[in-house]
Amino acid sequence: MSKKLISVKVNGRTVEKAVEPRTLLVHFLREELSLTGTHIGCETSHCGACTVDVDGQSIKSCTVLAVQCDGSEVRTVEGLASGGVLHAVQEGFYKEHGLQCGFCTPGMLMRAQRFLVENPNPTEAEVRAGMAGNLCRCTGYQNIVKAVLYAAQKLREKQDAAA
Amino acid sequence: MIPPSFDYYAPNSIAEALKLLGELGGDAKLLAGGHSLLPMMKLRFAQPSHLIDLNRIAALRGIREEGSEIVIGAMTVENDLLNSRLLQQKVPLLPEVVGQIADPQVRNRGTIGGDIAHGDAANDHPAVAIALDATLVLEGPKGRRSVKAESFYHGMYFTEMAENEILCEIRVPAFAPRTGYAYAKLKRKTGDWAAAAAAVVMRMNGGKVESVRIALTNAAATPLRATDAEQALTGKVLNETTIDDAAARAMAICDPAEDLRGDREYKTAMTGVMLRRALASAAARCV
Repeated sequence: MSKKLISVKVNGRTVEKAVEPRTLLVHFLREELSLTGTHIGCETSHCGACTVDVDGQSIKSCTVLAVQCDGSEVRTVEGLASGGVLHAVQEGFYKEHGLQCGFCTPGMLMRAQRFLVENPNPTEAEVRAGMAGNLCRCTGYQNIVKAVLYAAQKLREKQDAAA
Repeated sequence: MIPPSFDYYAPNSIAEALKLLGELGGDAKLLAGGHSLLPMMKLRFAQPSHLIDLNRIAALRGIREEGSEIVIGAMTVENDLLNSRLLQQKVPLLPEVVGQIADPQVRNRGTIGGDIAHGDAANDHPAVAIALDATLVLEGPKGRRSVKAESFYHGMYFTEMAENEILCEIRVPAFAPRTGYAYAKLKRKTGDWAAAAAAVVMRMNGGKVESVRIALTNAAATPLRATDAEQALTGKVLNETTIDDAAARAMAICDPAEDLRGDREYKTAMTGVMLRRALASAAARCV
């Protein structure tokens, strides 16, 4: 079972590593790259705690092999804030109390930022459908939905200001 | 949970994948979206020595129109079906179904071909493919062959696809104008498999059912075509009596397995309910 050399761009930085084919992307991120922001929840592709972007799409990194990401661009929660400034979704979760224990939050944030690219002006129902792949055991989701709507507003304002 | 060790191959063409499949033999498995196979490998229900990843084969992706058929590459992911203008216009049942499968992240990886070829009657595409009268195009060392979806399923995880074949295309007849359709699915929560579900494709003429195809998800070891129910409805006006009769005939062929989603009696009853709802929705769309 020979190792494979892969090259992956993670949060803007290209890394090359030899990995066992069976290494899941989430283990590659956490153990090989020490990016432990991406959490392992259910490990069965239900809970969404391990959600990251691969080539501009939300995926569950517990159910994708690292070797499958050879040549891909990956973005994790560590790549969200820039220059010490929180991303709008991070600000939203902070302002609207979108977390309690925080375990699901990295996956929530990563799905929320991608969802808001896909749908910049969502209704509450669209937020709930768009976030349906992420489970939270604390909040009851109300504040998560508010946080995503807050972030949507912020991002639209930023867009308008730039236009 | 980490899968057992295996060797990994990522061919760029169908020919290359078939060659690998021939050389590596029965210990090789094809990897599509991976959202059934990888979890099974983690649990050691599957322990292939070789994984042949089909994700880099561009020829297996995409949706196109060919005459009166819509041709869907087997590695087309669910979200591409959901967002396809062509499908929304020509086979709107498929986007309706896909919106009820899994969740956004899983739909970015899961493929229609993987869902069909896995051979799990709890998946949604198998019964839907039967209701759509889809044709599955398999390629092996001797070339391509076509199999009707309704002849594809032999048992749980046991299909017509041979070990040395790859599912390449799903060919679906485009809907004629005023074709009614519906997929009614009962699930415990978003993203779950069906406790019971029914797919209906129907045409009406002069207030009567001209033709109807009915297929059932997770009602037995294989997806079921409810032929008796179809025949009972053909040429009839849809009303409470004829719908009840069709539901009873569909329930008569159900042979579901008891699991966390319910016992046999409950699942059978719910299959009847889902069929009633699907028939009513489909009829309302025959305009």
